[in-house]
Amino acid sequence: MIGGIPVRLWCHDRSFSSLLRKRYANFLGSNDKEAAELTVNLLSGGKQHPEADLEVVYRSGNWHIQRGDFRAEWNLESRRGVVWQRRSPYAIDSVIRILHTLILSEQGGFLLHASSIIRNGQAFLFAGQSGAGKTTMCRLAPADSILLTDEISFVRPVDSTYYAFGTPFYGELAVPGKNTFAPVAALYLLEHAPEDQIDGVSPCHALTQLLRNILLFAHESESVNRVFATAFDLISRVPVRRLRFAPTPQVWNALEQPACS
Amino acid sequence: MFVARSSSVAARLLEEEMVIMCPRTSKLFVLNPVGTAIWNALDGDKPLDEIVKDRICTEFDVELETALAHANEFVKQLSEHDIVMTAEHPLPAKDPDTQTGKVV
Repeated sequence: MIGGIPVRLWCHDRSFSSLLRKRYANFLGSNDKEAAELTVNLLSGGKQHPEADLEVVYRSGNWHIQRGDFRAEWNLESRRGVVWQRRSPYAIDSVIRILHTLILSEQGGFLLHASSIIRNGQAFLFAGQSGAGKTTMCRLAPADSILLTDEISFVRPVDSTYYAFGTPFYGELAVPGKNTFAPVAALYLLEHAPEDQIDGVSPCHALTQLLRNILLFAHESESVNRVFATAFDLISRVPVRRLRFAPTPQVWNALEQPACS
Repeated sequence: MFVARSSSVAARLLEEEMVIMCPRTSKLFVLNPVGTAIWNALDGDKPLDEIVKDRICTEFDVELETALAHANEFVKQLSEHDIVMTAEHPLPAKDPDTQTGKVV
């Protein structure tokens, strides 16, 4: 269960099931009757091309998802799907991410290229593309912080408040997040700099930077419009700031100072 | 030339700038106030040169010839991303999905 959304994985192959149990150990839940279901069919032989272009299209009531190393179908209404893939944890990891973006877009949420950390009961998000410092912010976090993810943040509203949830999707840190959640205190747009500095950004900059970091696999206008509306809503509820930082633990002191904007 | 906004694009007004997202490519466009004024006037019913003459040249300090050249280039860029449709005749109005709003 990631982000409070139960997804049951079925796989007849015991060794692969065991591998998935280990990989998602922090996110195993009870047998929820309401869970979405994904059946994993393993293929043998042939070449894998995970670098091939991903295609996500909605056709005849189903989402069809295809990449060089897997093919999947997903029905949003019945919340049932099937994936055909070779014995690769990376393939199922990608499928699960994509499924969550589809499920989340219906719920006003999204996955974000951002690390997230809980500190004093509030979640801090640090967004940026590769090399921006997402993992660095996690490494520099005080010892009593809770890691939600160093790579892909899971954000969705609960009772009109945006929450960040832990995910098993990790980056350089190679450590899955804790399966917990907290209200989002702020979203920081990361930039490397000689000194720590926090600045406010215009709503336009906040919206465009947020949208650039949201994982958007489906390009159907309805789906894109929903994500766009969610991003617009989030920037009106959650402070978005630019964080210029030097890679030292003092950056967390700066975050705990009163906001300058 | 008549120009109409595509009904499938996502667009929001933030302060004086319009943010538009192309669903097909996820490319983002941020329009300045002049671009935003043109965008808001692209109803498919009024020719672009009339929009420029009646709206842009009256609201902004710009020569007609310069404004027309920029407006044509602007529309060309948007049409390459299917964000607007162009035609030599008026285009039917169908713009229920394009929402505009304002924050702060």
